Amino acid sequence: MNYTQNELMIAAAARELQGARVAFVGVGLPNIVCNLAQRSHAPHLELVYEAGVFGAHPARLPLSIGDPTIVTGASAVCSMSDLFQLYLQRGLIDVGFLGAAQIDRFGNVNTTVIGSYENPKVRLPGSGGAAEIAVMCERIFIITRLSKRAFPERVDFITSPGHLEGGTSREKLRVRGRGPEAVITDLCILRFDETTKEMLVASLHPNVTADQVRENIAWDVRFAQPLSETPPPTEEEIRLIREELDPQGLYSR
Amino acid sequence: MSKVTTMHDAIHELVCDGDTVAIEGFTHLICFTAGHEIIRQRKRDLTLCRLTPDLIYDQMIAAGVCKKLVFSWAGNPGVGALHAFRRAVEKNIPRPLELEEYSHFGMVARFTAGAARLPFYPLRSYAGSDLPKANPLIRKMQSPYGDEQVFVVPPLRPNVAILHAQRADDNGNTQIWGLTGVQKEAAFASDRVIVVVEELVDESVIHADPNRTIIPGLIVNAVVVEPWGAHPSYVQGYYDRDNPFYVEWDAIAREQDSLNKWLDEWVYGVSGRAEYVEKMRERLEKLRPGDAFAQPINYGKYK
Repeated sequence: MNYTQNELMIAAAARELQGARVAFVGVGLPNIVCNLAQRSHAPHLELVYEAGVFGAHPARLPLSIGDPTIVTGASAVCSMSDLFQLYLQRGLIDVGFLGAAQIDRFGNVNTTVIGSYENPKVRLPGSGGAAEIAVMCERIFIITRLSKRAFPERVDFITSPGHLEGGTSREKLRVRGRGPEAVITDLCILRFDETTKEMLVASLHPNVTADQVRENIAWDVRFAQPLSETPPPTEEEIRLIREELDPQGLYSR
Repeated sequence: MSKVTTMHDAIHELVCDGDTVAIEGFTHLICFTAGHEIIRQRKRDLTLCRLTPDLIYDQMIAAGVCKKLVFSWAGNPGVGALHAFRRAVEKNIPRPLELEEYSHFGMVARFTAGAARLPFYPLRSYAGSDLPKANPLIRKMQSPYGDEQVFVVPPLRPNVAILHAQRADDNGNTQIWGLTGVQKEAAFASDRVIVVVEELVDESVIHADPNRTIIPGLIVNAVVVEPWGAHPSYVQGYYDRDNPFYVEWDAIAREQDSLNKWLDEWVYGVSGRAEYVEKMRERLEKLRPGDAFAQPINYGKYK
């Protein structure tokens, strides 16, 4: 069955949520990823929105992370103060999904500035909840398109810490969250070396070459041995995306 | 004594040039009508506070009302960048914009400290982040009870908070359902509070369901009744978020010229929200949701 690159990326990211009980849903692609997981292999997945919802059951895919559809039919609605203190900081969230304007070799994410903070070339939106999600959720996934600009050797600014300088450097932070586990892109899935914490290419998407990946990463990226191929989306995943979640194709086309 | 007044009078009397203003509402209940009145009255040199500036502060920044922004995420949710915000930061158009930047939790903590009159608020965010380098007001301290370290942020105490809500009585006892965001913290943190509602109700309605009262009349200075006052934001149970408008804003705001034309037509060109609503009537009617009533609850009569 035919599928778009975005549909593959979304389905691959949703599969990473297997076994997760509580997921923090971020703005953009993470929204459709978490909702797809809940409607397919993870029906008991509780969706948490930083706007103040625990156990959302949205009837339609929200455009943003605050939408009337995340409230109607939810298990609990709370203030943002409660959400950040009693749910997130308390340690109740298994998985957090981050978007990234830039992500570097050790998974540090930049959504603040390109260039210097005082005189930015490009002013990005900023942290939002990302700075806390990155250290308070047990597991972190990043979903973003692969490009040299988005994958520099070092980010210009660390908004959300990944594995910092690699090795044991993140452990010095003494935070609950174990840091980024996987980066799902439109060309491949990357994971982190167990010891060095460096990002490696773990699986190539169908019809994508290793060279294509190398051309879109600013450093000399290593490939896992053995290298796998990302499974394509199933018919049911495609149906869910096209018919139920994103009929207008805002995320998936 | 009734606190009900007009939007014009509330803004005229309670918002001054140079004020620190919080128009809160996390995607929900954003008081666009108040923002537009502030623009119409050509207030100047305001420090605007919101977790996410949303379109409302993008409009106010473009209109030249704002000298400083205190925030945690400045994008157009689900759509992309906030172009007026970026133009101000990158090119000083229409004027330089000072930034004071936190994370969402940091802003929540700031309002909470302000509301509870604390000298700071502790949180575990910012470990490993460069945000404290960018903002020296984010600091680290040691727990007085052990060797654990936490980050702290200072209180935020605006001069005025403006909050949209479903309903209030004429004393200002305000009820909200749906996402409450940091509405109550922003209200309690501020010197003056303006509440803007879809419906004014009798106090007996408030007294019949006190769990729903988020802001007491005790801290409210003015109540303004303006149906559709939050459009293009939404009011749970009353109207949907105008998602297409948020998408359209991307094109409108891309150039200062097209944004100015939009302000001329929809802000300067109308006398207030009532006229805005008449102009938009057909579009607004499409935003009415279906019904989703909750089961009534019984508080019990105790004599």
